[in-house]
Amino acid sequence: MNLTSRSERLTGRIFLIALVVVTLLPFLSMLSAALQPRGTVPTGLAWPTDPQWGNFADAFTAANMGALLKSSMLIVAGVVPFAVLIATMAGFGLGHLRVPGGHFAFGLLLLGLTLPFEAVVTPLYYQIRDLGLLNTRWAIILPLIGLYMPFAVFWMRAHFINVPRELSEAARVDGSNTWQLFWRVHVPLARPAVASLTILLFLWTWNQFLLAIVLVDDATKRTMAGALGAFQGQWGTDLVLLCAGSLLILTPTLIVFVIFQRQFIKALLQGSVKG
Amino acid sequence: MTSALGGAPAGSGIASRPGRGNPGSPVRLHRKRWGRTARWIGWLWVLPALLMYGFFVLRPLVLTVQYSLYRWNGIGAARWVGLDNYLTVFTDRDLLKIISNAFILIIFFSFVPVVLGLVVASLVRRIATGPAGTLVRTVLFLPQVIPLVAAGIAWSWVMSSSGLVNQVLRTVGLGSITRPWLGEFDTALPAVGVIGAWVMLGLCTILLITGMSKIDPSLYEAARMDGAGSIREFFAVTLPSLRQEIGICLTVTIIAALASFDIVYISTSGGPGIQTTVPGLEIYRLAFSQRQVGLASALGVVLMLLVLVCVLPIQRLTRGEKP
Repeated sequence: MNLTSRSERLTGRIFLIALVVVTLLPFLSMLSAALQPRGTVPTGLAWPTDPQWGNFADAFTAANMGALLKSSMLIVAGVVPFAVLIATMAGFGLGHLRVPGGHFAFGLLLLGLTLPFEAVVTPLYYQIRDLGLLNTRWAIILPLIGLYMPFAVFWMRAHFINVPRELSEAARVDGSNTWQLFWRVHVPLARPAVASLTILLFLWTWNQFLLAIVLVDDATKRTMAGALGAFQGQWGTDLVLLCAGSLLILTPTLIVFVIFQRQFIKALLQGSVKG
Repeated sequence: MTSALGGAPAGSGIASRPGRGNPGSPVRLHRKRWGRTARWIGWLWVLPALLMYGFFVLRPLVLTVQYSLYRWNGIGAARWVGLDNYLTVFTDRDLLKIISNAFILIIFFSFVPVVLGLVVASLVRRIATGPAGTLVRTVLFLPQVIPLVAAGIAWSWVMSSSGLVNQVLRTVGLGSITRPWLGEFDTALPAVGVIGAWVMLGLCTILLITGMSKIDPSLYEAARMDGAGSIREFFAVTLPSLRQEIGICLTVTIIAALASFDIVYISTSGGPGIQTTVPGLEIYRLAFSQRQVGLASALGVVLMLLVLVCVLPIQRLTRGEKP
């Protein structure tokens, strides 16, 4: 590795630093705009002489952030635990119990793995309308659970298929049934896979946009991303407030990422190995 | 459900294997029959997932195909038109342009991040080990974490008339080429592409770094013994070993390009004209503003098939044999 010449090292370093800067600039530019006095027209990147941190408070009220956070959390709470549970069960059934004809079910699920949401959103709208759920959070929760199943089951099956079967046989000797086996032996072992899946589903739900704008009109019943769309429509001309609001709305995902960074990256690693 | 499963005899799937007991003994036959039943009971584990999937994905999917054969405004009676909607998708100049826009976005969403990601990954591996490497990875990954909508808003601002891009251009004396990048006919689509590249770069880089860390170091030693420079080493060792990771990057990013919606909706709404309109946005517009549900559905089916046509060969090529 020390064969790398000094000049090569230097160019490489400058390139990496430049790339990091370019990646961060949009965030900084938004921050600098968000701190300008209300009513002014900000330019690209200029640190304000008198940073108006109060703009964030204004945006918090204007965007109705409290209600939005609550709504997003309710949607995440409706989607993620249930989706993870039924996907883990299905992964267990297909990967470990190897139910007869499981290949057929798995093939059917694979069909949905590359499906763009746009391809089903039109009939979903009418289906949700007929169920009388338009403009409620269920309109986002229920379809999302279904739409996540291909990936989630795929993910959990990949875990369970590698679990040695002797493990179950040993537990059987103790006389535990399949249900106990699942909860006492397999779920604890599947914890890393479940954790990664939980993080990914949380992120995808929080950031879901298309379903939110199609199925729910009321921004306070949407996901964070969907609400941001409405916020832009309403405050698009007030750049200062728009930037402040956008930063507020993207902060929760950043916090989650920073906390769970290692799991995030591990989730990706596993995805690449198994996917 | 708990009771149904809890009541299953202590001998599903696994215990049905031949083993204990004399072959042919009544005990074994009994166990075997029970085992088979228990294996069918295993379907109960798969059922909840399948039901949700069936009702909220497969059913709408079948309905999309059905809608695509009708002319329907979403309210009145639908009229059977056979394959007319598909004919429109493949002959209408605007719709063809919209589909080609999605393919142009592949250059930015897929090829740029993969090539750049390869450069970054090999640089990080060579010169930025330790904390510096972690920092690079973390920062590059940030855009992947935030909502695409936020990325769209941020870049709309950065590329606007008074935004950062033009500010920098003016500073370096290129004031003559400043413009609202997302608003002009020739620059709008590449500008949208830049947003996509920004989002996708981190994902590709991390996948590629991971792939590189799995390459057997002896391969590099062998290459060096043969007198290969870092460039030859890259093409002879690194690139072939990363086939699978590159395949994953391309698959994920091509789907993101063809099915893009959020970024375009927020940053340009498809304009100016239809310069940046992509199939996803057009489906939304056709179905919910223009009330052409049949045509929107036909476009949806075509989009789904286009994704498969692009992604399946990649899977086949990069996945065929494992070392």
